[in-house]
Amino acid sequence: MRLPRWRDRLLTAAVLVTVWMLLWGVFSWANLISGLLVAAVVITVFPLPPVTVAGRPHPVALLRLAWRFVIDLVAASFQLAVLAFRFGHQPRSAIIRVPLRVPSDLVLTLTGEAVSLVPGSLIVDTDRASTTLYIHVIGVADRAAVERFRHEVYETEARIVRAIGSDDEIRRLSDPPPVEKRRQL
Amino acid sequence: MIVVGIIASVLLCAAVSLVLVRIVRGPTTLDRIVAVDVLLAIVVCAIAAEAAYTRDATSLPILVVLSILGFVGSVAVARFSPRSRR
Amino acid sequence: MTVQTVADVLAGTCLISGAFLSLAAGVGLLRFPDLLNRMHAATKPQVLGLLLILAGTALRLQNTIDITTLVLVGVFQLATAPVAAHMVGRAVYRAGHVRRDLLIVDELAEDRADAQPPSR
Repeated sequence: MRLPRWRDRLLTAAVLVTVWMLLWGVFSWANLISGLLVAAVVITVFPLPPVTVAGRPHPVALLRLAWRFVIDLVAASFQLAVLAFRFGHQPRSAIIRVPLRVPSDLVLTLTGEAVSLVPGSLIVDTDRASTTLYIHVIGVADRAAVERFRHEVYETEARIVRAIGSDDEIRRLSDPPPVEKRRQL
Repeated sequence: MIVVGIIASVLLCAAVSLVLVRIVRGPTTLDRIVAVDVLLAIVVCAIAAEAAYTRDATSLPILVVLSILGFVGSVAVARFSPRSRR
Repeated sequence: MTVQTVADVLAGTCLISGAFLSLAAGVGLLRFPDLLNRMHAATKPQVLGLLLILAGTALRLQNTIDITTLVLVGVFQLATAPVAAHMVGRAVYRAGHVRRDLLIVDELAEDRADAQPPSR
């Protein structure tokens, strides 16, 4: 158990040092050393809840994820702009349940972030126990559009898992979507 | 570049005035919080556009502060807003 | 037609589209029927609009120190906007400010009704 914890801490420290460097804008040894000091202080004073990073990054899948994210972002932004300028048209929306196939906090968080950064969809609630996202979608006309959107969320999940997941998690993607998982409050 | 500056500032001013209408109208606190969040995002856009227009980077550190501030503000209000009024 | 001109034209395009998205967000914010729908309009200037304008600014400034600051603004915004939106969205739903007549389905309400007893 000790090794993954140190790996997570090193990852956090690396991110913090990167932010520190970006803030100063120049690479220098003084910045690197002060950044490491600040990161050490932050990690000891504000310990984060452990996020288990089970997988490893797959570069090609990461690039594909980033590319599709940009495409989705641009397309959805302009669709929503069109919707805003269609005066007299009352957009319909829906709140849908999407139980994810991979039971991982990291995948749940990243899928939620990706879905909610793309305009037109918004996370209303989550259930950690069954890794379920409840998503509010705007501009869906009927049931068929709702199902299309649900399928898109599953594809986003699949892209994220292929980019950062472990082999076991990638294997789970071919499972059928868990329909029967229900919220337990 | 002058034309770009004029068009961008007209669009941004129109956006800000629409958002201000929403802030005044409400009707709930959460409506106003969402609108204030948008206002902040547009202000960040406007400051960045001004920096681009004048090629002057003096105001860039303000953007870093503002991008964090909006987050802290809306999370705080959402956390402590009344739970249910049904 | 120098490299500088091309950069300026690109920057101008980015700035104007970003400003246009902000305006569309303003219209949506004013016009959409309920708060959750308005929050969708709010995402636009916060994400793509801001990124476009930051890209335009980066193209104009062309200076490493300034560009790292801009990257940082973009990263902060992308990391924090979903969290804030989720917090507000949850509060909105639980406070009941939802126009149910405009929803096609509400599977969250179904699941909350199934869970016994309601926790809040």
